[in-house]
Amino acid sequence: MKPLDQLQFDANGKLKHFLTLSGLPKETLLGILDTAESFVSFGKREIKKIPLLRGKTIVNLFFEPSTRTRTTFEIAGKRLSADVINLNAARISTSKGETILDTVRTLQAMHTDLFVVRDSASGAAHLIAAHLPAHVRVINAGDGRHAHPTQAMLDMFTIRRSKGGFEGLTVAIIGDLLHSRVARSQIHALSALGVGEIRVVGPRTLIPTEIEAMGVTATGDLRAGLRGADVVIVLRLQRERMDGQLVPSEQEYFNRYGLTEEKLQHAKPDAMVMHPGPINRGLEISSAVADGERSVILQQVTNGIAVRMSIMATIMGGVEPRP
Amino acid sequence: MSARMPASASANLLISGGRLIDPAHGIDAIHDVYVVAGKIAAVDAKPKAFRAAQQIDARGLWVLPGLIDLCARLGEPGATDQATIASETRAAASGGITRMVCPPDTFPVMDTPAMVRMVQDRAAACGFTRVHPLGALTAQLGGERLADMALLMDAGCVGVSNGLQVVENTLVMRRAMQYAATYDLPVFVTPRDARLHGNGVVHEGEISTRLGLPAIPEAAETVGVARDLALIETSGARAHFDLLSSGRAVEMIAEAKARGLPVTASVAIHHLHWNERHIGTFDTQYKVFPPLRTERDQRALLRGVSEANIGAICSDHQPRDADAKLAPFVEAAAGIAGVDTLLPMTLQLVEQGALSMATAIAALTAHPAAIIGVDAGHLGVGARADLCLFDPALAWVLTRNSMVSHGENSPWLGHTMHGKVVATMMDGKLVYRNELCVTRLGGEA
Repeated sequence: MKPLDQLQFDANGKLKHFLTLSGLPKETLLGILDTAESFVSFGKREIKKIPLLRGKTIVNLFFEPSTRTRTTFEIAGKRLSADVINLNAARISTSKGETILDTVRTLQAMHTDLFVVRDSASGAAHLIAAHLPAHVRVINAGDGRHAHPTQAMLDMFTIRRSKGGFEGLTVAIIGDLLHSRVARSQIHALSALGVGEIRVVGPRTLIPTEIEAMGVTATGDLRAGLRGADVVIVLRLQRERMDGQLVPSEQEYFNRYGLTEEKLQHAKPDAMVMHPGPINRGLEISSAVADGERSVILQQVTNGIAVRMSIMATIMGGVEPRP
Repeated sequence: MSARMPASASANLLISGGRLIDPAHGIDAIHDVYVVAGKIAAVDAKPKAFRAAQQIDARGLWVLPGLIDLCARLGEPGATDQATIASETRAAASGGITRMVCPPDTFPVMDTPAMVRMVQDRAAACGFTRVHPLGALTAQLGGERLADMALLMDAGCVGVSNGLQVVENTLVMRRAMQYAATYDLPVFVTPRDARLHGNGVVHEGEISTRLGLPAIPEAAETVGVARDLALIETSGARAHFDLLSSGRAVEMIAEAKARGLPVTASVAIHHLHWNERHIGTFDTQYKVFPPLRTERDQRALLRGVSEANIGAICSDHQPRDADAKLAPFVEAAAGIAGVDTLLPMTLQLVEQGALSMATAIAALTAHPAAIIGVDAGHLGVGARADLCLFDPALAWVLTRNSMVSHGENSPWLGHTMHGKVVATMMDGKLVYRNELCVTRLGGEA
């Protein structure tokens, strides 16, 4: 199997799949953000469609439940005039029965041009991309704990719209880094785009080992992590992880890491607050902050459509006719 | 087969002009080897009244004791859709292996004398290589009741083991060791703390963090080693730690050996060649248990072999079809089909200067023989003529076709191997010869 950073590109070095932000150059990321800007205005028009992907078939293949990601992908595809099919598939993760590749090949036989894939296993989108014919594209809509590159790109878009750029920004990412594919992709994007400092904040049970190798600093002290931050990203703490082995209780977690107005005082006065959603009010973030004027959580969702349109157009743009 | 090929064990056989490498006797020189009645009759000097009924011209070849692989799974019983005793013993013979030790985690489990005899009988009927099953340490490998270890030993088991299943109950483990010690039966342990290992698939570190894969901390191994060393110390059991993966575990075992504890250790060949970085981006061919760890661990394991704290190098052979690896990393099967490549990949470490020739060959022959307590792995006078002939100049590419094992899982697929076993003998009888080398071996072209 080809290394991931090669698998994403065609022979001419053009991006053909969107699987991870690891290894993508700054120019590519900025190009996607610029294209997304041009799509924002379409959403406000009476007729919201452009015919860029007319005649193309997109399959949203979600092996894991999702509402907002799947919906924004669907809207993005439809605004580009593609035919969009949504499949919420169950998957049996054993050696017997239909494998993930069987499912994908079956759908491929129906002449799909683009798969948008979400799966609970890290590397699933990569596996699929490596085993499809060359003209078929794959977008990773979240694989296990590994990557969620479109979410990270819409976050970058939201940051740039709010802050004007990335240079010199201090970004704090708070919470369950261990299980977060969003955080991993955000770290790759923020590093490539040249922010000043990336801090990850949480108890050591939720911070993966050697995360410093990704170019971040780690701390267990939320106030220290927030000090002087321009951007505060709160991660979702899944309640099903609250079995008392990673964090003792919701009460203690909220006490130490829940983002409140009081704790937010340590960040810059104009700090923006982000969350990939869905939020747990009173667990990782207080309602006052989530609904407050510094929160851009709903803008993130809106921006998701333009950014996903941009990513689809970028990787589908140079699609050669099917052989 | 030509008239010059050794067809029966009774015929006198001369293997002439080869480079004999026999670390047990400190030999690495061009020597003739004389075989009478399936046993080594003399080395170098021709015995009186020896008349060769058959002769092999081994000039340019290396003559090695037959290899002893301390950890190989055959697929049978239980997974005969993937591999069988016939297919894998044949593959082993083609790799120069004349004895293989098989873990008891077959299906059904190797916990009755009948199962042990069945496997040995089948292997004997195939006639490619000797198979030594390990008996179960606990019934059904369940970790709760002791298996019939003495009966398993009587049936031919050279040791007992719980396979990759951990005996989580420390009291049961202690009693199992005490019981095995009664019969001086070696206990094979793959050291692991089951809870720390959890559902992990890669070493805990930068790679697990980047790829977002469930991780196995080093402590999963070292906690296991520490516990079992403490039990060995008080039970008097002879223990063999197999498949070590961390440098820290090597240190702990070295320290225990220095204190005189009866412990030995082995490592899988792939842990000496690779580390976690080779997984790249989800390359499932590199998924193994225990996991590939850091480059430092890899170096420490190599040092462990060269300092003889790790006595043996094994293949950790686990044949699987290609589909087994064609899944997301977490779900893909672990393991590598390794008997085809054990010898060339070990010798590559010699080529690279990481191991001396004597150390490398001893780790495949004399040391594993001592660990399982058999008189083998050397070519001294009187020893069984279990040996292999290796052509160091023969380069070949490992492909699904060239692999003799039914397994299709190896990261070395597509790679060029330097050197190939061209003939393997048991009791002086040819059990394998490479078709490309018929002329070299004296057959008709």
